[in-house]
Parts: sequence; C-alpha cells; structure tokens
Amino acid sequence: MNITIQLLYLFSSVLFIIGIKMMNKTKDARAGNLLSSVGMLIAIIATLMQIEVISMVEIFICIIIGSLIGLYYAYKVEMTQIPEMVALFNGFGGLASVAVAISDYWLKSQITVANIDIIILVSIILSVFIGGITFTGSMVAFLKLNGRITGSPITFKGQHPLNLVMLISFILASVATWMNPSDINLMVVLVLISLLLGILTVIPIGGADMPVVISLLNSYSGMAACTTGFILNNNVLIVAGALVGASGIILTQIMCKAMNRSLVNVLLGGFGQTVAGEQTEGPSIIVKEVGVEEAAMLFDSASSVIVVPGYGMAVAQAQHVIRELMEQCEKRNISFKFAIHPVAGRMPGHMNVLLAEANISYDKLIEMDEINNEFSNTDLVFIVGANDVVNPAAETNPQSPIFGMPILSAHKARTIIVSKRSMGKGYAGVENELFGYPNCLMLFGDAKQTIAKVVSEIKEL
Amino acid sequence: MSIDSLIILIYVLVLASYLGFELIAKVPPTLHTPLMSGSNAISGITIVGALLACNELGYTTVSKWMGMIALVLATINVVGGYAVTDRMLKMFKK
Repeated sequence: MNITIQLLYLFSSVLFIIGIKMMNKTKDARAGNLLSSVGMLIAIIATLMQIEVISMVEIFICIIIGSLIGLYYAYKVEMTQIPEMVALFNGFGGLASVAVAISDYWLKSQITVANIDIIILVSIILSVFIGGITFTGSMVAFLKLNGRITGSPITFKGQHPLNLVMLISFILASVATWMNPSDINLMVVLVLISLLLGILTVIPIGGADMPVVISLLNSYSGMAACTTGFILNNNVLIVAGALVGASGIILTQIMCKAMNRSLVNVLLGGFGQTVAGEQTEGPSIIVKEVGVEEAAMLFDSASSVIVVPGYGMAVAQAQHVIRELMEQCEKRNISFKFAIHPVAGRMPGHMNVLLAEANISYDKLIEMDEINNEFSNTDLVFIVGANDVVNPAAETNPQSPIFGMPILSAHKARTIIVSKRSMGKGYAGVENELFGYPNCLMLFGDAKQTIAKVVSEIKEL
Repeated sequence: MSIDSLIILIYVLVLASYLGFELIAKVPPTLHTPLMSGSNAISGITIVGALLACNELGYTTVSKWMGMIALVLATINVVGGYAVTDRMLKMFKK
C-alpha cells in the first residue's frame, strides 16, 4: 500500500469535512463547496496514480462523457427543478455503487476463482442492496416530481407483505450466494430484487411527502458509497459516505418533524394514503374576495408585512414581482419579511433557493420557529402559493389529515391576503379553513399577473 | 480481508458518522438544499471505486465494462453535483 496515496486520501477526507463545516455559515458556504470539490479532485488523482497507463484512454473518455452530461444538467436546470435533479443524481450514484460491486464480484468469483472473503462478499451484497434501492427509488421519485407519473400514492392490496417476501427472498439468495459464490444467476436475482424493492417502496408515497423521500434517498446514496468502501478496503469512501449518510438522516428527521411523521413511519413507506383516502367533503367555506386596488391600499397602509411563500409562487414565477412589491414597501418604510416553513417547496431549503434566485436577501427569510411569535403583531400577511403550511386545522381539528403538523401562525395577523389561482385544495388534498376566516381576503388570479397589478397600483398611491 | 482491517474500517465509519451528525446539525435551514446537492456530489466518491474497477484486466471482461458504466455515472454525480451547488450558492446574497 503506497503511503503517498493513503496520505492523499486522508487529505481529501479532511477537505470534505472542512467543506461541510464551512456550510454552517451562508457567507462561507460557496468556498466550502469549492474546497470539497478540491477534496474530490485529490481523491481522483490519488486513485489515478494506482492505475496502469493502458487503462487511461477509456478512463478519460468516461470522465469526459460524465462531466459533459453533469455540466449540461447543472447549468440547464431551473431552480424549481432542483429536487428532480438531486433525485436523478442520487440515483446515478446508487447505480454506480451497484456497478462497482458487480465489477468486483465478477473479478473475484469468475476471473481469479479464489474463495471470496466473507467480509467482502457481505459488503458486495449490501452495496447491491442499498445501491439498487437508491437507484430505482430515486428514479421513481424523479418521475413523480416532474409529473411523468402521478404524484398521488400508488397502492395495491398486499403491498407490504410483498415487500416482506422480497426482503426474505433477498436474504435467502444472499445465503445461497455465500454457499456458492460463483453462481452468477444468484447475483442477478439479488440485483433484480433490490431494483424492484426500490420501486415498490417509493411508489406508495404521495407527492407531498417527497421532501422526506429525497432526503432519505440522499442518505442511502451515502451508505451505498460506504459499502463500496468496505469492498475496496478504502477509508476515503467510508468517510465521505458516512458524512452524506449522516446529512441525509438529519434532513430526513427535520422533514419528518415538520410534517409530524415518525421516521419509522417513513422507513415503512406507504404513508400519504390516509390523506387522499379519508378526505370527506366538509361544509363549504365562504370566502371574501379582494380586488387589486383594495389590496394595494392594504399594503400601503400597513406598517409590517410578512409574506408566506409556497411552491405555487415558484410555479407561477411570481418571485420577481414579489421582490418589486418588497422594494415598493421598503420605500414606504414598511417592514417586509418572508416566513419560511421547513417544508415550503419540494425539498428542504428549496424556498430559500427560489427566493435567492430572485435577488431577495437571505436575511429577510425567517424560519418558522423564529417568526411565529411575530404574526400577532403584524398588520398584513400575504400568502402566495402556500396552503397546507398555514392551515389552522393542523392545530384545531383532530380529524384533519394534517393535524399535528407545525404551521405558520398566519391566521393571527390582523389581515391576511391569499393570492390563489382558484379555490383548489393544497398539495395534501385538504380543505383550508383559513380562507373562511373573517380577517382573510382572497386575491384570485395568476399570482404573477395580479401581484404585478398590485405593484403598479401601489406606485400610483 | 482480515478482521483487523475490518475493525479499522468500522472505527472510521462510526467516527465519521458521528462527526457528520455534529457538523450537519449546525447547517442553517437556509442552506439545506445546497447542502443536499453538495453532499450528493460527495457521495459521488464512488468514483474512486469506479476508477479502480476500470483498471481490472482485459478490455472484454464484465468487470471492466461495469467499471466504465460506474465511472460515467459517478462522474455525472460529482461534476453535476458540485456545479449545481456552486450555481445555487452564488445566488445567496445579503
């Protein structure tokens, strides 16, 4: 084992750690990401030092192809589509782990025909299992997020028993592989079961729960890298994989808490059904409408405004007109802030990225726990494209599917304006009783167009 | 693999996981999306395994082809992940 190579791997592990540490501060985050990418480059160089010159041509061809595809996606993707992209890349990482595991398995079982070490064999099987689930699970999440397959839960009778049967078959096939390591058919079975399990565990999960799923799959992709590290006896893979695994688990927990679900509930899968299934037609809500001019006057006479943005805002591309609204209000010395629910958007922290893209300073984006006390002293709350995260039913109605989910206390403000296309339900499919509150006014129409009109009205005041 | 080297790997795994939990718990929610895409890029460290797999034996073996597939996928993950994270973080202004 070459000492230089090992030291380079150590150095790159340290850079990954410092890189993540620098993500603790918004101003250092970009440098941290750069440092982490340098760490990756060093790990790649250290690995290339161990490789025969003959293999270099095809290696460079693969790297160039991969880099071009990666860069193309990275610069083409819209900020609204980041969750899909993360899901897709996660999936690629998972599949890469499976391919590395099969490569090593083939070498040891078919070519050198030595007895496979039990530790290596277990690592290979785990890598196939976690990597396979990560791959197909992420692909299903990707397709759900971009709407190519339905976002609502796909369920069928006997789903959970089927998963259990698959899991048991996987364990049996693993034992059989241990007894007869050179039987390729068994490895094929192991790969197929893992791929199927990935699909089966993600299809029953509803679109609203996707933030949890992507976080969890992110964690899996790290664990898959870890198992590859065990196969190759390589520490840098284990360190990097463990960091990602931990990151994914923490984000998963944060998302679960924000949606009032337990981690076990998530790991079992299949949640989100009750939301669609048990929905009964409640009494219809009577809402009050507000016009553009009146809305403009309400903004003008307020001394404090809090905007509650939801994913609907980004879909309507209304971020930029909201920035103009902010500029107009600040010109009139009206305090203007944004209240960010942890699950606003389609993945953790997604809303912050969407608003940052519209040049809204990150110190105006206030987290739920910090801003919830301020609503009662706020003149005007403006809800754009958000729904479930401000539904008071989460606090008051034990029958509601979202009961227990922490919400933004928008209803405590003096006046509420809701910008909404029509009287549709939220992403979780639940009626929002806030819209019927006496202090709540509905501003119907396309968010971008109506807010633009409000801004021009304010300018004339 | 000897039991000794396995134990060392498990040590590394446990300590790195603990460190990961400590570090990531401190990342502000504002940065959770870049954190996720950045850590996604880090999980592309499988590229090391892919490179080693590409080095195995002759051109025709399954091992080598699997290595090359893994290399393309891991490179997409690494390059794309870091690039998109940088693109996002560039937008965060005060």
